[in-house]
Amino acid sequence: MYEHLETAEQTENLKRVVVDPVSRVEGHGKVTLLLDENNKVQQARLHIVEFRGFERFIQGRPYWELPVLVQRLCGICPVSHHLAAAKAIDQLVGIDPENLPVSADKLRRLLHFGQVMQSHALHFFHLSSPDLLFGFESDIGKRNIIAVLTDYPDIGLQGVKLRKYGQEVIRMVSGKRIHGTGAIAGGMNKSLTKVERDYLLEDIDQMITWAADSVALIKKVHCSNLPYYDDFATIRTNYLGLTKPDGALELYHGGIRAKNVEGETILDHFDYCRYNDIIHEEVRSWTYMKFPYLLSLGKEDGWYRVGPLARVNNCDYINTPLAEAARVEFKEHTGEAMVHSTLAFHWTRLIEVLHCAESIKELLHDPDIMGHDLVAQGERRFEGIGVIEAPRGTLFHHYQVDENDIVTKANLIVSTTSNNMAMNESVRQVAAEYLSGRELTEPLLNNLEVAIRAYDPCLSCATHAVGKMPLQLELVDAKGQLIDKLIKHSDGQIDRLDG
Amino acid sequence: MVKPVLLFGYGNLSRGDDALGPLLLEYVESHCDLTDIDLLTDFQLQIEHALDLENRQLVLFIDASVACVSAFDFSELTPAKDDSYTTHAMSPSAVLAVYQSIKKQSPPPCFLLAIKGESFELGEGVSANAQNNFAAACQFVERLLDSPSPDAWRNFINV
Repeated sequence: MYEHLETAEQTENLKRVVVDPVSRVEGHGKVTLLLDENNKVQQARLHIVEFRGFERFIQGRPYWELPVLVQRLCGICPVSHHLAAAKAIDQLVGIDPENLPVSADKLRRLLHFGQVMQSHALHFFHLSSPDLLFGFESDIGKRNIIAVLTDYPDIGLQGVKLRKYGQEVIRMVSGKRIHGTGAIAGGMNKSLTKVERDYLLEDIDQMITWAADSVALIKKVHCSNLPYYDDFATIRTNYLGLTKPDGALELYHGGIRAKNVEGETILDHFDYCRYNDIIHEEVRSWTYMKFPYLLSLGKEDGWYRVGPLARVNNCDYINTPLAEAARVEFKEHTGEAMVHSTLAFHWTRLIEVLHCAESIKELLHDPDIMGHDLVAQGERRFEGIGVIEAPRGTLFHHYQVDENDIVTKANLIVSTTSNNMAMNESVRQVAAEYLSGRELTEPLLNNLEVAIRAYDPCLSCATHAVGKMPLQLELVDAKGQLIDKLIKHSDGQIDRLDG
Repeated sequence: MVKPVLLFGYGNLSRGDDALGPLLLEYVESHCDLTDIDLLTDFQLQIEHALDLENRQLVLFIDASVACVSAFDFSELTPAKDDSYTTHAMSPSAVLAVYQSIKKQSPPPCFLLAIKGESFELGEGVSANAQNNFAAACQFVERLLDSPSPDAWRNFINV
């Protein structure tokens, strides 16, 4: 591991390089490197520079507002927050997952499959395929979706349409693309009509074909340079996520499973309502993002990865045939119990797209999604915990309410937070193995961003404003003197300004 | 069947002045004749929104902006490859460029109404200054919708 590069022993006389902002990720993060006189990396960190204050946003609101309110935490995965909050407030009205009406459960799963599918499609086709198809150090003018659409028109168009289809599933189930009120306490507020079901069925076979093609594509890309893909940004870690009771891949509801580097089970079928008993979060002074870890293993060894790589590594099988065949091929490619390649996040992400497409088809043929028994109610409670597998990994929502139904306490652990330590370790691996000792250039620094991007981090929420900052890379000596500066302009042009 | 005019207001209702785009759609929904107008909102622009431009005769993107010179800026858009290709949130010009790449044809006439905002924090309401800008923008959009044609809208540029 590369933890020795988290904090340099002597920061005097080290040069500082800042990658700010990291591009093609959601939100604002930056990477700082401290280099010695020979450009050897002595320290590397991924910083999160925005404090989100989710809990303060939620506390003081009536609980029934939460499924709509929390969608506004994140413009990238609003449905994930919507469903995690809905699962939590189900408990507030006395409904545990096994008591949710069958139709409501299946409609929520359909909604979730649509969300995961569109999120993964966006990440792969729009944000990562330029690196993977053109090369990590390729001309920056090529590293964008337009170049993909130009040079690989079929792949680019499939990405746009897979994304669109996932959005249409969301729109049909929740009534709107965003701000939908599909899930409510104890169930769903509408089912699918036959017209809506038939509309979604029209294109689902095409989506499955394209999803299968995308798995074949990423396998080809990954295996075309296996030693490099299996080494780049790779770290050997624990993995955590939900699985079904029989060990199958699960995205909506299950027990927590954690495995170690060797694939040995740390815990299994653990009730997520007791997550506080097994997961703690550490705070470090140099970043706003916390560092979760498994209490039983301690701060040093207990950190873990979540998300598609963790889920596919952890599960025993996938319950849809094409995705299962893809999983078997994936696991066999290294011969190890666990696949630790960070770039394999892309491969597993596309296996999950395929699983989502197959699952959507299965649900669309299930008459329960047009059922009308949609809401259940039980005995009132004052605490609710909802956990789902969001596109980026395990997402925890935990609320306490008072007798007036007002949220008095909220705690969220978002997926990207769980990957915080891992992203930092991957940055340090790339800094140590691929950058150290070399003159830094934009293409070389893109390697750092490629490592971070593999996790598809969501560093912020859905804010935006016209007129964003360009990417700037600054090289500063220990006395704060600017000695080198690269600026990437909005047209992709790179200028070097001497300090 | 899509309607000939699309108004696409984007932003986050819970992020202070970022709400200006979606709020303007709410204003249009309650004050204007929607016979020929589709309203669309989202948190931010993405690649698939290129497909929402299909078969339109006129499109208006509405967004909050920190870069406005006055209360609001109105401009015509052209497809452009800019740095928004590298983020989750794309610019409207970048969406037009995606449309052009996918459809192999020029996008329909598209315009941007950028309303000046200044505060974008989670949980904040719309700032006082932005509320004034919003009121002016609402009146302006009503004038635009009185003459829904590209040539008429071009006469409003920089007004």
